[in-house]
Amino acid sequence: MNKFIQHCGIVAPLDRANVDTDMIIPKQFLKSIKRSGFGVYLFDEIRYLDEGVADQDCSNRPLNDDFILNQPRYVQSSVLLARVNFGCGSSREHAPWALEDFGFKSVIAPSFADIFYNNCFKNGLLPVVLSEKIVEQLFSECAATEGYELKVDLERQVVVTPSGEEFAFEVEAFRKHCLINGLDDIDLTMQSVDDIKAYEAKRKGEAPWLFGAIKGN
Amino acid sequence: MAGKTLYDKLFDAHIVRQNDDGSALLYIDLQLLHEVTSPQAFEGLRLAGRKPWRVDANLATPDHNVPTTKRDGGVSAIVDPISRIQVQTLDDNCEDFGILEFKMNDHRQGIVHVVGPEQGATLPGATVVCGDSHTATHGAFGALAHGIGTSEVEHVLATQCLITRKMKNMLIKVEGDLGLGVTAKDLVLHIIGVLGTAGGTGYAIEFGGATMAKISMEGRMTICNMAIEAGARVGMVAVDQITIDYVEGRPFAPKGAQWDQAKAAWADLHSDVDAVFDTVVEINAAAIIPQVTWGTSPEMVVAVDAKVPNPANESDPVKVDGINRALVYMGLSADQLITDIKLDRVFIGSCTNSRIEDMRDAAKVAQGRKVAASIKEAIVVPGSGLVKAQAEAEGLDKIFVAAGFQWREPGCSMCLAMNPDKLEPGEHCASTSNRNFEGRQGNGGRTHLVSPAMAAAAAIKGTFVDVREMMEA
Ligand code: SF4
Repeated sequence: MNKFIQHCGIVAPLDRANVDTDMIIPKQFLKSIKRSGFGVYLFDEIRYLDEGVADQDCSNRPLNDDFILNQPRYVQSSVLLARVNFGCGSSREHAPWALEDFGFKSVIAPSFADIFYNNCFKNGLLPVVLSEKIVEQLFSECAATEGYELKVDLERQVVVTPSGEEFAFEVEAFRKHCLINGLDDIDLTMQSVDDIKAYEAKRKGEAPWLFGAIKGN
Repeated sequence: MAGKTLYDKLFDAHIVRQNDDGSALLYIDLQLLHEVTSPQAFEGLRLAGRKPWRVDANLATPDHNVPTTKRDGGVSAIVDPISRIQVQTLDDNCEDFGILEFKMNDHRQGIVHVVGPEQGATLPGATVVCGDSHTATHGAFGALAHGIGTSEVEHVLATQCLITRKMKNMLIKVEGDLGLGVTAKDLVLHIIGVLGTAGGTGYAIEFGGATMAKISMEGRMTICNMAIEAGARVGMVAVDQITIDYVEGRPFAPKGAQWDQAKAAWADLHSDVDAVFDTVVEINAAAIIPQVTWGTSPEMVVAVDAKVPNPANESDPVKVDGINRALVYMGLSADQLITDIKLDRVFIGSCTNSRIEDMRDAAKVAQGRKVAASIKEAIVVPGSGLVKAQAEAEGLDKIFVAAGFQWREPGCSMCLAMNPDKLEPGEHCASTSNRNFEGRQGNGGRTHLVSPAMAAAAAIKGTFVDVREMMEA
């Protein structure tokens, strides 16, 4: 997995609440059996004027000029600023895949939906929760300054503005440890093989009906 | 010490290891797999040279991409090549890794959340995961069930465990009887309206109270299914006789001596009387009338006799912005009557409402009536091959067809339109599914979430109508 220690980049302000994962990556692109290549379809329905089709070449599609990621000042952005309940709806991990593939390293919002939040960490994308008041302040600073950048420092758990103002954020110790070291969850869990086997043996005694009823082919 | 909630009991019983930082390694009893969120997980296993930890803890079926029209030709007959590859990939992966799959033309195929319970794979007291947010459905059995991402699907395949942490406990206490023509769907839509789409974020919700104890398993599944629409990954109902009766005799359910042992173990699957919830929300079911969503988020819901909201009555600027956006997208005006919304298509199906009771509810309204001429298409998509067979045995298909509905093959269909069933831009659809997000049922499509009876009534009338009027007639 990609490491995340700290990142400084241009901020794109996505000024709407309850952005759902259907909006982040519409269903037609979920037909892919690959993990990469979703960045060009990120926010497809609001980013392009025509209807997107899976596996399509997007280089000549008509753009919605009103959409932030099509505006020259934000095309190079790598930090997404968003409103409450970002990433709600479908569990599709294609949403963080698309954000990451586009070039985003971090999403800052007052709150995230649980599954999306969780999926981000598996893909080296850091979701940062800051209060509504601070997010509001960042939205106005971003609007006022072209090329507005934020530094997201995971080690120190702070977001730093260009003027040097710092906002602390919370992150679970385990998740932080995994991101900073780029650790793969499966390898980590495999270190507990003995615990899993011991639990399994006990479970089999208590609830034998949960074993062997479904026969593989 | 205070007693435990149902969620506490389920969680605690599955802890393989509790870490100091609050995270835990949780054992997973059942994983359901479908074609959309599993290919990258299988690929990951393959690349790392890993095998599934326990083949018998997995069950697969394709549902999102399958066509709902005639499909005798099997996978090779799927027209869209990308959909075809995805369904074929599931078949290949299950074959390679030895996982049981109900393939597209198996009579047991269907939407994962219909198939798991129907087969008795979903059992009380179990942990159930699937790469799909509507996995909350299975909580109706007193199981701990929630959606996970694809990396976690791979993690569960490889280790039979999930790294997770405990959520907070919420009790939604439902009292009062649901009126005639008011269903579990109306109840859950109303609850989402009360909580908001993020109201349940971070919580495991238990639906309890005297009303829940009377609701059928299918109704409980409809309610738990939509917990995620209130932001909660988990929805649950305590185990009672209704649960036991539903599970008994199903193909993967315990039999003989194990059945008695299981029943004894399941008797404890309820919250203790002195359990403490972090939040309790009380709902009076008797006051609810049929619900319709008007906007682009499931929380944008009102009663059928109400009007589309007016942003002028809202003070929070983020909410005003949301209402205005939704009005534009939905092509509606503030204060317009819900019953004045004209419909183009009707969809009865999805993991929320495609079980036999849903089919019966809709058929009762359709019987002896005709779909309005202004409706371009009204489709009924049973949730599984077995639901379809049961409905046909009861003659429901004939009722639908005589009324002008199309009777289809099982799958997700127009719930999210990954297959050919979709809305055209600007079309309004009365849908029994669970999400009315922009573009969900097709680019530019406008979804209104309702119960199966309300959807059938809307098909007949061509606009929304209080189904209770048609029941008294
Ligand atoms: S029916 Fe709809 S919500 Fe349910 S699993 Fe299929 S696509 Fe998802």
